[in-house]
Amino acid sequence: MGNPMKIRAANKDGVTEVKVLVSHEMETGQRKDSAGAIVPAWFITELVAKHGDKVVLTSEFGPSVSKNPYLAFKFKGGAKGDKITVSWKDNKGDSRTDEAAIN
Amino acid sequence: MNNQRRTVLKSGSGAALLGMLAAAGIITPGMALADWNKAAFDAKSMADTLKALGAGQPADSKDVQVTGPDIAENGAVVPVGVASSLPNVTMVAILIEKNPNALAASFTLPADTEANVQTRVKMGQTSNIYALVKSDGKFFMATKEIKVTLGGCGG
Repeated sequence: MGNPMKIRAANKDGVTEVKVLVSHEMETGQRKDSAGAIVPAWFITELVAKHGDKVVLTSEFGPSVSKNPYLAFKFKGGAKGDKITVSWKDNKGDSRTDEAAIN
Repeated sequence: MNNQRRTVLKSGSGAALLGMLAAAGIITPGMALADWNKAAFDAKSMADTLKALGAGQPADSKDVQVTGPDIAENGAVVPVGVASSLPNVTMVAILIEKNPNALAASFTLPADTEANVQTRVKMGQTSNIYALVKSDGKFFMATKEIKVTLGGCGG
């Protein structure tokens, strides 16, 4: 569920830089709505990035990661056309997987 | 065309339903968390967080860099980066001292991934940001103060 992620991956001099923009509310559980009731926490807890079948990054998020989380990282290796897969799951058990090819 | 529109409508109402169920308390948050380090993310103070991460008393290191703005106008979106030239970095974490829960995010880095990550975090108020790095099994830390004009937590 959720909207698609935006994934950009570019290889330069043997190093692949991956940029991910996830579409997610990242509600902290600290905010109150206009009636004064606490808005329940809703945030991504885990995000895993893979190059082919190999994991290149595992992240754990708390609610203080910004709404629509952005993430950038680099790994050695990767070639043009290789597949990068990113998956996340949130504290409500929702999850999503998207993929992109390295440019 | 019409079919596609139906699908969109369906998936839209599905998400809304899930939201309603969660609001009604039928789906409790934290249900499907397997590996997530709850103790570390629930810890309030810096010391408790470091303990939950198994970091103890990390040494300050010049080889760890925290990047971010000196002044963040909007605390809801503060770009923060951590980089390190230390060898064999296996873990990177971002901690915000004065947030309700100090730990914002932690990253596990396999051997070929560089110790260089950027993300965006929320900050409730002006605070020190700590970058925690695990290199060769030891923990190192670096600090940067970011001034926040408008807080990103609470409404």
